[in-house]
Amino acid sequence: MIIAVASGKGGTGKTTVAVNMALSIGDANLLDCDVEEPNAHTLLHPESLNTESVTVPMPMIDTDRCTLCAMCADFCEFNAIFIGKKPLVYPEICHSCGGCFLVCPEGAIEEVAREVGKLHRTNRDSVHLVYGELHVGEPIAIPVIKAVKNEIDRKKINILDAPPGTACPVIETMQDSDFVVLVTEPTPFGFHDLSMTVDVIQELDIPHGVVLNRVGVGNDEVKEFCNAKGIPILLEIPFDRKIAELYSNGVPFVQEMPDWRERFQQLFEVIKELSQNGR
Amino acid sequence: MTRICVTSQGAELDALMDYRFGRCMYFIFVDLESGEFDAVSNDALSSAHGAGVRAAQKIASSGAEVVITGSVGPNAYPALQNAGIRIMKADSGTVRSVIESYKEGLLSEVASPGPAHMGLGRGMGRGRGSGGRRGGY
Repeated sequence: MIIAVASGKGGTGKTTVAVNMALSIGDANLLDCDVEEPNAHTLLHPESLNTESVTVPMPMIDTDRCTLCAMCADFCEFNAIFIGKKPLVYPEICHSCGGCFLVCPEGAIEEVAREVGKLHRTNRDSVHLVYGELHVGEPIAIPVIKAVKNEIDRKKINILDAPPGTACPVIETMQDSDFVVLVTEPTPFGFHDLSMTVDVIQELDIPHGVVLNRVGVGNDEVKEFCNAKGIPILLEIPFDRKIAELYSNGVPFVQEMPDWRERFQQLFEVIKELSQNGR
Repeated sequence: MTRICVTSQGAELDALMDYRFGRCMYFIFVDLESGEFDAVSNDALSSAHGAGVRAAQKIASSGAEVVITGSVGPNAYPALQNAGIRIMKADSGTVRSVIESYKEGLLSEVASPGPAHMGLGRGMGRGRGSGGRRGGY
């Protein structure tokens, strides 16, 4: 089973919900797909990491064989190759389509690997954590998210911590999920970004529900919106001093507040049911 | 014969030069000896990515030795260098007048790339820059 935890707005508590749910249900895979700023590991404090590199293919042009015909540059939709007195490749513009390898009449273009990020694996308690880390300055996050999602084990429960937003990295994360948990807060900001994310999820046609975090602040807009749209509110986490203090010390609150462990287990049961009936 | 290129807002010698390089409206190629010119519309204008590289490719392929423009971005700059094309800076005026300025030796060479995405957004000197964007194809 695959459960994605998403939000639209940043800082609503996606990672808090994902980590606490993973710890509560046990024997789960937690996959942090927010590869631009992964932080599930900051709540789990892993001791050792198994790390590998994430690469994308890019062209390397053999200047001895290149005749400067410029067929590769003409072909490239992204203008990642320039042919002047010698060929020039722009790695950050290249989208790794592989077209230049195919069109080169001299066979002068070789595919080489370029590292765009890292993949880390670790275990903590009963949770197997995988997270990706995109190198600073890299414009395209998708290959690193794909590498993280490659670690999904269909036989287990997989919880995907999505990046904020509504664009490619979020869609890549949510795609093929059985259920999306939308974490938001009852503020105008939370409401605005939730409504955008709901549009995306409805487009993708994935069963979904809302976890309301920091309940006690803000207004009723989110609840009214959910009622009107028929989106279930699965769990409410209060704006509570103890929860906030534990969070600020990097402690998942289910570890210190066992009644919350039960509530996250119940949340998971509800998700299981809704994901089966939702389609 | 010396062939030079001016980035231009129109297809005539009396059109204003275009300060933008990769996203200029036209390239005007001029043969300095004969004074003959031809205007080529910039098909890189509609490129989602790498407009500067594409524009540089067009100029390199045309055989021009010099390009007169306002600002050249961080991708186009090494491309023009690679092709051995001199980049001369002009700020304003018609294509005809900047060519005169060039002939009189009044233009200086562009010594470093300007900001990225100059030609997008709100116009001269207020380029959007490329920082702070979050991911995606």
